[in-house]
Amino acid sequence: MYDFNYHRPASLDDAARQLAAADAKLVAGGMTLIPTMKQRLASPSDLIDLAGIAGLEAISDAGDAIVVGAMATHAAVAGDPAVQAKIPALGALAAGIGDPQVRNRGTLGGSIANNDPAADYPAALVGLGATVRTDRREIAADEFFTGLFETALEQTEIITAAVFPVPDLATYVKFPNPASRYAIVGVFVARGPAGIRVAVTGAGPCVYRAREMEQALASDFSADALDAIAVSADGLNGDIHASADYRAHLVGVMAKRAVAACG
Amino acid sequence: MPTVSMTVNGKSATGQVENRTLLVEFLREQLGLTGTHVGCDTSQCGACVVHLDGMSVKSCSLLAVQAEGRAVTTIEGLAQDREQHPLQAAFKEHHALQCGFCTPGMVMSALDLLRRQSDPSEAEIRDWLEGNLCRCTGYHNIVKAIHAAAQGGRGQA
Repeated sequence: MYDFNYHRPASLDDAARQLAAADAKLVAGGMTLIPTMKQRLASPSDLIDLAGIAGLEAISDAGDAIVVGAMATHAAVAGDPAVQAKIPALGALAAGIGDPQVRNRGTLGGSIANNDPAADYPAALVGLGATVRTDRREIAADEFFTGLFETALEQTEIITAAVFPVPDLATYVKFPNPASRYAIVGVFVARGPAGIRVAVTGAGPCVYRAREMEQALASDFSADALDAIAVSADGLNGDIHASADYRAHLVGVMAKRAVAACG
Repeated sequence: MPTVSMTVNGKSATGQVENRTLLVEFLREQLGLTGTHVGCDTSQCGACVVHLDGMSVKSCSLLAVQAEGRAVTTIEGLAQDREQHPLQAAFKEHHALQCGFCTPGMVMSALDLLRRQSDPSEAEIRDWLEGNLCRCTGYHNIVKAIHAAAQGGRGQA
């Protein structure tokens, strides 16, 4: 790992100021960034640790929504009583990320800012029609994830929370890579205030909504309603773990399992 | 070079590090606590698991400066008055190790589980050990040892 300047600001303002330095990066749990830096695939000039900013880890029940702070760990989300009561699919998703030690450090904010194509959280945000709160604005999940490891965040913008509307029904089902537990394909299905949503992660370069499936489920919310939909492998990821064709097949299977589990 | 201070196994520890110094490097190379191992160095194997404020973490994926002011427990901190911790005793009794390289991480990880769940099922134990790799035992006796320590009500340290 190349050396860097380390900062632990106590406020978002200070963090944003430090983030203006060329090649500065935020670190939350560091479960992706630190291993990446060890491999010298990233070499930020300045590392700005968000752990010193009070309150960013809070999880709160806002009645018709759950607000998860950017620094809430996966373990905290998985174990939170309000999450378990109101959006159990979100708790289960968090409980299935990586392993216990990764869940004790990894955070929601870090996951969505990185926008790994195989990460779980992007599917929850898009599937539930969540809103990303930053230090300066609110961004709808549909507009937040813009491409492979790309988001709508500006250079010095800092995620503070994600607001998840409470759905009527929701389930997340993934086919995990058995070594990393990243999603080879993961499908988040929800019915609620944001309509019927089917969000797919792992399959393409970035999380996306399966609109054809959403339309089919709007007229008949059952796994059978997805039978007639053929998922194309065009544009999907292919790697040593799974070909694009296999991923396309898994999208259909995971979506059906998710809808069936909603019932 | 920055100075870091933290509590390690109940005692205060201070040292000069680089910002890029990993917690595991600080523990092993500066404090001489070589019970915490580095296996894969890519955050997969769990040989480096220690507790940070009571929660299990991978010390190869954490900077020493991130542990500033916090409490770290390593495998060396478990035995009291030269008496093995009940989990260590259970690992010995159930032959839960062969080469022993993964053992410190296994024990520290298992202790976190038993503090959360006093009597986990076999499936829960196996699921919890997702982040700890063992290349000798096939896990069977590790799971047995953790189960025994839990059933003995001895997981609460």
